[in-house]
Amino acid sequence: MKFVSEFRDPKAAKGLLASIHRRSRTPARLMEFCGGHTVAICRNGVRQALPDTIDMVSGPGCPVCVTATADLDKAIAMAQIPDVIIATFGDMMRVPGSQTSLERARASGADIRVVYSPLDALAIAQANPDRQVVFLGVGFETTAPAIAASILTADEKEIRNYSVLSLHKLCPPVIRALLEAGDVRLSGLICPGHVSAVIGSRPWAFIASEFGIPCVVTGFELLDVLHGIDRLTAQVEAGEAKVEIAYGRGVKRDGNPAAMRLMEQVFEPAPAEWRGIGTLPESGLRIRSDYQRFDAECLFEIDPGVPHDQTDCICGDILRGTQTPLDCKSFGTACTPETPIGPCMVSSEGSCSAYYLYGDGNHA
Amino acid sequence: MPEEILMAHGDGGKLARDLVAKAFVEVLANPILERLDDSAVVELNGRTAFTTDSYVVTPIFFPGGDIGKLAVCGTVNDLATSGARPLYLSLSLIIEEGLPREDLDRVIASVREAADEAGVVVVTGDTKVVDRGSADKLYINTAGIGEIPEGVNIAGDAARPGDLVLLSGSLGDHGIAVMSQREGIAFSTRLTSDCAPLNRMVSKMLEASPRIHCLRDPTRGGLATTLNEIAHQSRVRILIEEMSIPVKEEVASACEMLGLDPLYMANEGKLVAVVPASDVEDVLQAMRRSRYGEEAVIVGEVVLGEPGRVAMRTRLGTTRIVDMLSGAALPRIC
Amino acid sequence: MCLAIPARIERVDGHEAEVSMGGITRAISIQLTPGAKLGDYVIVHAGYAINVLDQQEALETLQLFEQMAKLAEEEA
Repeated sequence: MKFVSEFRDPKAAKGLLASIHRRSRTPARLMEFCGGHTVAICRNGVRQALPDTIDMVSGPGCPVCVTATADLDKAIAMAQIPDVIIATFGDMMRVPGSQTSLERARASGADIRVVYSPLDALAIAQANPDRQVVFLGVGFETTAPAIAASILTADEKEIRNYSVLSLHKLCPPVIRALLEAGDVRLSGLICPGHVSAVIGSRPWAFIASEFGIPCVVTGFELLDVLHGIDRLTAQVEAGEAKVEIAYGRGVKRDGNPAAMRLMEQVFEPAPAEWRGIGTLPESGLRIRSDYQRFDAECLFEIDPGVPHDQTDCICGDILRGTQTPLDCKSFGTACTPETPIGPCMVSSEGSCSAYYLYGDGNHA
Repeated sequence: MPEEILMAHGDGGKLARDLVAKAFVEVLANPILERLDDSAVVELNGRTAFTTDSYVVTPIFFPGGDIGKLAVCGTVNDLATSGARPLYLSLSLIIEEGLPREDLDRVIASVREAADEAGVVVVTGDTKVVDRGSADKLYINTAGIGEIPEGVNIAGDAARPGDLVLLSGSLGDHGIAVMSQREGIAFSTRLTSDCAPLNRMVSKMLEASPRIHCLRDPTRGGLATTLNEIAHQSRVRILIEEMSIPVKEEVASACEMLGLDPLYMANEGKLVAVVPASDVEDVLQAMRRSRYGEEAVIVGEVVLGEPGRVAMRTRLGTTRIVDMLSGAALPRIC
Repeated sequence: MCLAIPARIERVDGHEAEVSMGGITRAISIQLTPGAKLGDYVIVHAGYAINVLDQQEALETLQLFEQMAKLAEEEA
């Protein structure tokens, strides 16, 4: 696979690892913000190979994990409306809401379909003109432009039975909130590669300038991850704090302006509730009033009930990086991928799921 | 007027008997089936393997096969991986009212073709027709009987430290071929299902070494789940090598796109063998000389350590756990 | 956020494109990368190209890695 396989070469991996070992002297705690990086690290056993001086901690960059139970309950309530077809990315299917999950709701008769792209949801809408298709818009800035584009396409093609429940969230605000809370002391941050492909590297500048924390934007293949850690280590050892792009093939400083324009045309920032963190201002995306006819929140009246989170779940602390899955008393016992209590275990890139499936990286 | 299967085809009356005669007996033709007695009567020697499986795959026609071929191969392979020589199959059909006769005929032709290749016969069967909406076009159940030769003792709990783990070929071909047809996900590929009867290859393997410890076909849940089952039953630790696992580029790409892992994708024409180190070369050669085993490789070994655990040595030289599949493998964006 | 893979543009038709990645092909949208053309590699997420891949950068990064690999071998 071109531009993928080359970035998994074992010899090059050893070279990067050697560089990290050569450089690293100072104890450093690095956070990988993005769930995709967590999975890449766990799947390759990267922690095992790093020097003892480097400690990796996972952040809240898993849009599934941070979806508030109340929001998931809304989606499930919409699924119960007759004639509604819920189209969703697979990631959300097994996340437990207050009473049930999308998967269980489907087993009970709700029409819920897994799609790979909002384009597939548009096709379902066109093929079922007497049904209402609601697309579950979950994701960060990587995904929001695609959802925005789908709304513009629906508008252009006069597809009147397509709407989006926007649960989109923005990354820079939650990172700011995390750093301002001061619960976790970081020596460096691995910034999300594909979010940056859209928004560029400039939005991370405040992390280096206001908090003095080195940042490296990197990709998701093994060599990208190691390269990112190598560059962060270099900054840590040099006492520097700046934003570097270690994923030049995918990210430009200014991101993708066309994508950002579409996103801004359809969405506007709004307060959003982050599971385990709380409500943060300007941290989510709401569909603008010009596109209200595509906003599922405006189209459907639902009563999702009072949200109710599992009390045993410490996903919130895990998302903030103050605890690891190993600190949770339910981890691996009451809470497993088959019987998940919280989203960090059921999301394919949640920390708990990664730790459970691949091992904590220290022994396997 | 194109013919469709009607409720009457399943009620035992004239229409039903006509269907059995023309669509099934004529095509699957063999002396036992042609008797159309209530039971097939056969004579068996020694230890007998007996297995059953139901097939509900959708769509029923997919690149590289169909539900009929799958039904025969799946059951033949279950017998073969128990060390048995497959002999007789039963074929039970649950047909959704309205299924085009032409589709049914196509499936039965596949059953015949696969049975011929495997050297088995369908000796008894049953047909039911259910209301439109009560079955997804066609469900099939097959049961199979085979004879286990003397001296052959294949069992899931027989793996021992020092054994090597062999895999007959690339992972995920079937799972991805079927997924490529799914609404909401579809993509184009030349990839076809690997659905195949493996009993002849198994015979050659057992000739090369009657001391093979375990044989399994990694169907649903993939290689990872199968190895976890063996590790659990045998109470051993299995270590596999990431760089040794064969995956076709197209499977790898589809998995990358959808966020799936080839280790968990279904295979319908592959097998895993756990073999004492002394016999590995012979067994490997036997596989490579067989149809469906040309690309057989060693993918790992049974080692000392925490029993019931499967781990993988990564390309980085580190080890990480390979767990069983939990829940359906769903395409994802994260 | 995350899952996106490089794919080669094989055909363009307005906002739509057909891409190939490792032998499989699929229709995607290039609405977000209006400058993308035949032969380009794009990064595809959820059926949309989110950026055009910079092949020169890719090459340079790989060359850097190659040098580091050589260095590690020499040291070993």
